[in-house]
Amino acid sequence: MLLNELWFLLIAVLFIGFFFLEGYDFGVGMATRFVARNEMERRMLINTIGPFWDANEVWMITAGGAMFAAFPDWYATLFSGFYVPLVFLLLLLIARGTAFEYRAKVDHPKWAGTWDWAIFIASLLCPFLWGVVFSTLVYGLPIDKNMNMHATFMSIVNPYTVLGGVLITLLCLYHGLVFICLRTSDDLQTRARALAKKIFWVLAVAAVAFVIVTFFVTDLFAKRGVFLYPIYVLDVAALILSVVFLSKKRDGWAFGMNAGVILLTISSLFIGLFPRLMISNVKQAYDLTVYNSASGSYSLTVMTIVAVTLLPFVIGYSIWSYYVFRKRVSKDEHLEY
Amino acid sequence: MFDVLSLARFQYAATTIFHFFFVPLSIGLVLMISIMETMYVVKNNEIYKKMAQFWGKFFLINFAIGVVTGILQEFQFGMNWSEYSRFMGDVFGAPLAIEALLAFFMESTFIGLWLFGWDRLSKKVHLTCIWLVTAGTSLSALWILTANSFMQHPVGFHINNGRAEMNDFLALLTNPQLWVEFPHTIFGSFATGAFVVAGISAIALLKKRQVDFFQKSFKLAIIIGLVSGVVLALFGHTQAQYLVETQPMKMAASEGTWEDTSDPAPWTVAAKIDAKNHTNSGEIKIPYLLSFLSYGKFSGSVEGMNSLQKKYVAKYGKGNYIPPVKTTFWSFRIMTVMGGLLCVLGMLGVFLIWKKKLLTSKWFLRIMVASIAIPYIGSTSGWIMTEIGRQPWTVFGFMQTAASVSPNVSAGELLFSIIAFISMYSILAVVMVYLFVRTFKEGPSLNTKATVQSNDPFDGEGYHIVTE
Ligand code: HDD
Ligand code: HEM
Ligand code: HEM
Repeated sequence: MLLNELWFLLIAVLFIGFFFLEGYDFGVGMATRFVARNEMERRMLINTIGPFWDANEVWMITAGGAMFAAFPDWYATLFSGFYVPLVFLLLLLIARGTAFEYRAKVDHPKWAGTWDWAIFIASLLCPFLWGVVFSTLVYGLPIDKNMNMHATFMSIVNPYTVLGGVLITLLCLYHGLVFICLRTSDDLQTRARALAKKIFWVLAVAAVAFVIVTFFVTDLFAKRGVFLYPIYVLDVAALILSVVFLSKKRDGWAFGMNAGVILLTISSLFIGLFPRLMISNVKQAYDLTVYNSASGSYSLTVMTIVAVTLLPFVIGYSIWSYYVFRKRVSKDEHLEY
Repeated sequence: MFDVLSLARFQYAATTIFHFFFVPLSIGLVLMISIMETMYVVKNNEIYKKMAQFWGKFFLINFAIGVVTGILQEFQFGMNWSEYSRFMGDVFGAPLAIEALLAFFMESTFIGLWLFGWDRLSKKVHLTCIWLVTAGTSLSALWILTANSFMQHPVGFHINNGRAEMNDFLALLTNPQLWVEFPHTIFGSFATGAFVVAGISAIALLKKRQVDFFQKSFKLAIIIGLVSGVVLALFGHTQAQYLVETQPMKMAASEGTWEDTSDPAPWTVAAKIDAKNHTNSGEIKIPYLLSFLSYGKFSGSVEGMNSLQKKYVAKYGKGNYIPPVKTTFWSFRIMTVMGGLLCVLGMLGVFLIWKKKLLTSKWFLRIMVASIAIPYIGSTSGWIMTEIGRQPWTVFGFMQTAASVSPNVSAGELLFSIIAFISMYSILAVVMVYLFVRTFKEGPSLNTKATVQSNDPFDGEGYHIVTE
């Protein structure tokens, strides 16, 4: 049975990796409208994430694959239940990925301009959609006794989940702005820093509101309060520290602290959920849990061996790639995107 | 027509075929680029670097769409085939997850390093990056085909509590189906890359544009194309023999044989199939050939669909186990013709190069331009044969397509998603073709004595100076 818990943890790790990494490139995508003032600057911003965004997205793909392999019922219920939101998510991801690759292929303002809108809109809405989905997971969904979810518009979109969506979006935006501080210099950096300091306040309000509403509308605190109180205290502390570091121009530290914020926020949802995967608001017995939705122990063992062998390599060469592209992006170099 | 099952199948088939329009070119082109860059590093001749960069542009344009359409594929099993995912996830999910962990991370990280790393990495490290992308794409094919082979020929599992559970991972990996399907698909992909490069180069050669550059590209491509074509055909043949053992119904359908054949069995070149009455008319047959194709000798009869249907009813219960025969029959024929064409054209090309007549053989270059379509037609019809010929099963012998579909997705939702995806994909296709044409017109910015060096990669001036 230990394997079921381990895979829950691994999937949590994959989603944390996704929000941490893709989070900043979503943020940079949003920032193209807020921070950049002309085509050159937009281009520089997009090039800060140029070599990384695709690999970042693979964290999401891997999380999906891992859900499929370890908890087939979770994958089946979630993906079929959220059919329409996922169609939108896919359209956005398709537009966004193509936009990065194609925006600089034709030297014409209309061409690049169109793709840039795709980048902006998709970078704004993807984290929002993920935020909504994650909030509904802890909020509860109409799941029947065959584990099928029959969601109406209102069971997915309601004030709580919208707040969750806004929170994740803001978190990504802030994260992206800090990343820009790390990867650019001069004007762009100054503007990103100034905006980040403003966004911090909105983010802080949204975060506190989300925690309070979560307390009332979900059973997370009732079930896992012991863990959640200290986590949220640390979370707030990390968020404040990150803005303090940012003001002191210690951008690396600020980025690290915000990584902590993402780690703690996403873990808090997974911890609150555990051992459930999806909560049924029809009947408690219909909940999907790590026990009733999992693959057999043989399959999980194989997957564990594979994952434990491969993940260090993945992390290793990812770090190397960040090392290779450690220099700040500047106007004078050749910009690929 | 507009029921959930038909719509789900239509959407699945359309999006998957679209994904596989880009996949083979990615796999094939990256191999060629790796070879070109290796020649650059070994021979230290700038032209090979230019080649890697020029064809690299096509690769990246194509790769982008391969990636974004792939994400949809990954989600689609859960979205539209949730019952399938529940039933098979234990076995089927593993290769998919491993594919992501092993292949997609590698591909995406090293493509970033390659593209953005020209000035930041040493030559050798840069070269290693592109080879790792090659490895990544091939590994990705290997793992996804492991999953697909399981559906053709399920192994390494048992049924427990009403769902499939893996009990032998190695059996999944050593599935004989995989080891015919993977080489066949991968060499088909190499052939795709080769014929696209050869075809585009042929246009340039016809226009006498940067002849040296494109002749070199053409030579490399035609050799890879010939080798891949031959290997591809050989594995196709092995696969057909294997099919007779594992999925005789698919084989019978692809031959249009209703009744058990005589011994030795003739091969049907063409026929007018009447699927309702289980008869054919106007058949053109070659004696002995089917026996040879099926068993490698000139004797032996092949079971027909009618007797197989009886057998399957006895084994699996009432139902219709005959797949859409016309589709299976004709897609198989189209594919094999394409395979034959690849081999013939490859040999002709090599012959003309050897005789130093390539540049003067305009007719051949023109054919090569049109031949860009051949591998695409081949792959598409190959998948149609493989997947439609497996119907009514999703997992042969264990789960039928009708039982696989998501029960909680409505026809309206499906109609919406179909329209959305098809519109999106149409736009992508148009944009991609536009960029291909544009990239070709810009040509490689050759850095020879006559050219003024241009540091703008989108600057189309380069070749005018060379040709004038
Ligand atoms: C024989 C090869 C092959 C086949 C049959 C498929 N794919 Fe594929 N896929 C690739 C070979 C490939 C690739 C070569 O690795 C791609 C295509 C072009 C590319 O850029 O990467 C890719 C991309 C790609 C991606 C994006 C990876 C990234 O972000 O880097 C995903 C998620 C999938 N595929 C998933 C699938 C699924 C679920 C399939 C099953 C229906 C499927 N592919 C069929
Ligand atoms: C990329 C190349 C592929 C193409 C072009 C392709 C195409 C198709 C087609 C045409 C069908 C039949 C649809 C129908 O009769 O309604 C089908 C069915 C199916 N294929 Fe594939 N396929 C490909 C690869 C794969 C792979 C690699 C997998 C598994 C990993 C897979 C899984 C399925 C499933 C689950 C079905 C059943 C659903 C259905 O019948 O529509 N396919 N595919
Ligand atoms: C030389 C003649 C060829 C023969 C005898 C041949 C044979 C076969 C057979 C028997 C299958 C079905 C396997 C199954 O259902 O299990 C198949 C599938 C397929 N073929 Fe071919 N083929 C040939 C040429 C080609 C060409 C030219 C291409 C494209 C470049 C191609 C691409 C495919 C693909 C993508 C599949 C589906 C994947 C698979 O099952 O391997 N084939 N082929």
